[in-house]
Amino acid sequence: MAIETKLDGANVIATVSGDIDGKSAPQVQSELLAALQAGNRLLVDMRGVVYLSSAGLRMLLLLYRQVAARKGKVVLVGVSEEIRDTMSMTGFINFFTLADSQEAGLSALA
Amino acid sequence: MSTANAATGRIDAQEVRIDYYPTHEIAGFRLRPGKPFPFGATLVPGGVNFSIFSSHAVSCTLVLFEKGAQEPLVEIPFPDSFRIGHVWSMMVFDLDCETIEYGYRMDGPFDPADGQRFDKGKILLDPYAKAVGGRDVWGTPPDWDNLFPYRGRLVFEDFDWENDRPLEIPIEDLIIYEMHVRSFTRHASAGVKHPGTFAALRDKIPYIRELGVNCVELMPVYEFDEFENSRRHPDSGEMLYNYWGYSTVNFFAPKAGFAATGRLGMQVDELKTLVKELHKNGIEVILDVVFNHTAEGDERGPTFSFRGIDNKTYYMLTPEGYYYNFSGCGNTLNCNNPIVRSIVLDCLRYWAAEYHIDGFRFDLAAILGRDPWGAPLSNPPLLESLAFDPVLGKCKLIAEAWDAGGLYQVGSFPAFGRWAEWNGKYRDDLRCFLKGDPGKVGALAQRIQGSPDLYGWNGRGPTASINFITCHDGFTLYDLFAYNEKHNQANGENNNDGGNDNDSWNCGWEGETDTPGINSLRMRLVRNAWAILMVSHGIPMVLMGDELGRTQRGNNNTYCQDNDLNWLDWRLADKNAGLLRFARNMIAFRKAHAGLRNRYHLSNRDYVGSGYSDISWHGEKAWNADWSGESRMLAFMLCGRHAKSGTVCDDYIYVAMNSHWETQYFEIPMPVPGSGKWHVAVNTGMPSPEDIFEPGSEPELGDQGHFLVQAYSVVVLVAR
Repeated sequence: MAIETKLDGANVIATVSGDIDGKSAPQVQSELLAALQAGNRLLVDMRGVVYLSSAGLRMLLLLYRQVAARKGKVVLVGVSEEIRDTMSMTGFINFFTLADSQEAGLSALA
Repeated sequence: MSTANAATGRIDAQEVRIDYYPTHEIAGFRLRPGKPFPFGATLVPGGVNFSIFSSHAVSCTLVLFEKGAQEPLVEIPFPDSFRIGHVWSMMVFDLDCETIEYGYRMDGPFDPADGQRFDKGKILLDPYAKAVGGRDVWGTPPDWDNLFPYRGRLVFEDFDWENDRPLEIPIEDLIIYEMHVRSFTRHASAGVKHPGTFAALRDKIPYIRELGVNCVELMPVYEFDEFENSRRHPDSGEMLYNYWGYSTVNFFAPKAGFAATGRLGMQVDELKTLVKELHKNGIEVILDVVFNHTAEGDERGPTFSFRGIDNKTYYMLTPEGYYYNFSGCGNTLNCNNPIVRSIVLDCLRYWAAEYHIDGFRFDLAAILGRDPWGAPLSNPPLLESLAFDPVLGKCKLIAEAWDAGGLYQVGSFPAFGRWAEWNGKYRDDLRCFLKGDPGKVGALAQRIQGSPDLYGWNGRGPTASINFITCHDGFTLYDLFAYNEKHNQANGENNNDGGNDNDSWNCGWEGETDTPGINSLRMRLVRNAWAILMVSHGIPMVLMGDELGRTQRGNNNTYCQDNDLNWLDWRLADKNAGLLRFARNMIAFRKAHAGLRNRYHLSNRDYVGSGYSDISWHGEKAWNADWSGESRMLAFMLCGRHAKSGTVCDDYIYVAMNSHWETQYFEIPMPVPGSGKWHVAVNTGMPSPEDIFEPGSEPELGDQGHFLVQAYSVVVLVAR
């Protein structure tokens, strides 16, 4: 798992790749929470995420809850069809805005 | 605020609570004495609390595995100081909740004559495990040499239900659809992405909603092993499974193989998502629960959980230490032992609270009223506990009020004001009347009124009666009128399995035929069944596919068939579109008429001053029903002013049922002046679409005084 975060105006853009599972989710979470000190609009670019486990989904949902409490927004970009499918079957998908590209994601954040 | 980590529960909890820090270290694992409550494995900050009880074990070892591994990651014997009473508990820290599988070794006496069967060579599944690994994908052949086939897994109990909660639909308004999760969508014609799963069932919710039922009753969704007693058919070579699943491996865990995400260990989320979505669509969920026996069988069966943990507690044993077999499945769960009672109660509370389940149907529930030696109790403590439990306070409780040991309690099941029953007499009497047996009109009158002969004397009311003509056991509704005899050869038991008392009629030819007259008669009888079921007092239950004319080709016991004998063929929706339309409108008719859904029995008298009694009986002559032994016809009228005990004004409803082979001329009673004119809602003697009219669009009847009812037909009129 690798993660990079940057600030683009008021938007926090995070690019994650590899597996997000019980082992890596805590690191993703703490980095994203740290980045969110600077803003409450979060774009997570997941085009490089191969596997998202149950613990990873919970981490994202918890982030969503924290951002929503601050009247912010979370957009997930480039979620693979398989992960999208899992998110749909387990109900997690209902909480997120999904976009195919960073551009589309940024306009969804605006 | 701690820096809580939702994903793993790993936090610096030790700084938050003084009782979440490790005090011991064994084999490199940090741990501390656990909390006895709750039983099972529970995520706590920084770790997992394991707790298990056994009344007779002398020592216990926690065995942890990496997911799927053959060899344990570690075995941690519980220090004796970690035991309180008969409960061993321990917190283990720094575990990866997603990849850990756990079990126990129990040591104690092996003395079968005394009921003791401990074997510390076995690694045992926690009866309180909330998820089970080992059969993650349906039909994947297991490794038979695996010493630990069913493995406890940890679950996140953090599902976001938002505003959902059980629907609490008044039971008299319920229309139940009994279904098997896999059968519903496994057929290629279902056209779903993940056939045979909870997710696919969710995709099909629009169909269920359009049908109009407001409750699905799911055949077992607890973890069971489809490979239990699996075998090849001696002739066809077809694989035969434990398909229906009436054989529980674990009572708390959903069947992973029913979840498209089971291979990811997310079956809990997938099932909860299904329940939430059903609720959003106004559909309740009842689970078929099998607390009468387990998948361990008798003394020749495998030991994977209960037997190895506390045989003498969990099972009813003969004085010689063998297994009583009131279930017909090898063993009998010892339900009125106080400990087993607790686990049943804990389990149902868990499903109601964690999964928002709306009700439960108890398989072979008469067993739940037997004492530990098998004798029926007059006041069974388990049934009483369930009836008065606060968490289950609004759940529907439905008993299959008989067992395989000969106890038949339809009408006399200990109800405590709560329990409803599968009314087996409704099924039997309706079947006989529908196929034209003489001498059935008296019984029919009782069944239509919600069986006051069974549920009136004890004040239980029509809501105690789950009315059904077909269920998973036995013929489908179509087969009921296409076969005289069962045809169970596909089960590989020389047609010896399955009931012989089907009360069915093949209409003149056994099985499929091209003869139009026979086929149209069959479809008319199917419609008659739908019509009478939907105008009867009590709670109607229909079997999945009976709205489409589903066939099992005469097999009345498809418990082992993972093929199109069970899979619903969705192409029937085109082939039998007229029947589907009939069923939808018949359900709509029931929903449109409060007078069909009274909570209390009809009194056969006029208590609102309308001039007509709440129900009146008719025949060829109005006010003059033929109750004779040769009669095959009956009509009744419901007075609209008596709906809901006279608190609601509904239409007058007149129903004429003719199971005679000849057309009958019925004189129709006049509704009370001012109540309007008779309109034809249903006439099964007419071809589709004249057989039924949508509520509100019924045509006015020309001759308001008489109706020619075709042979084997049901007519329903409404006055408005």
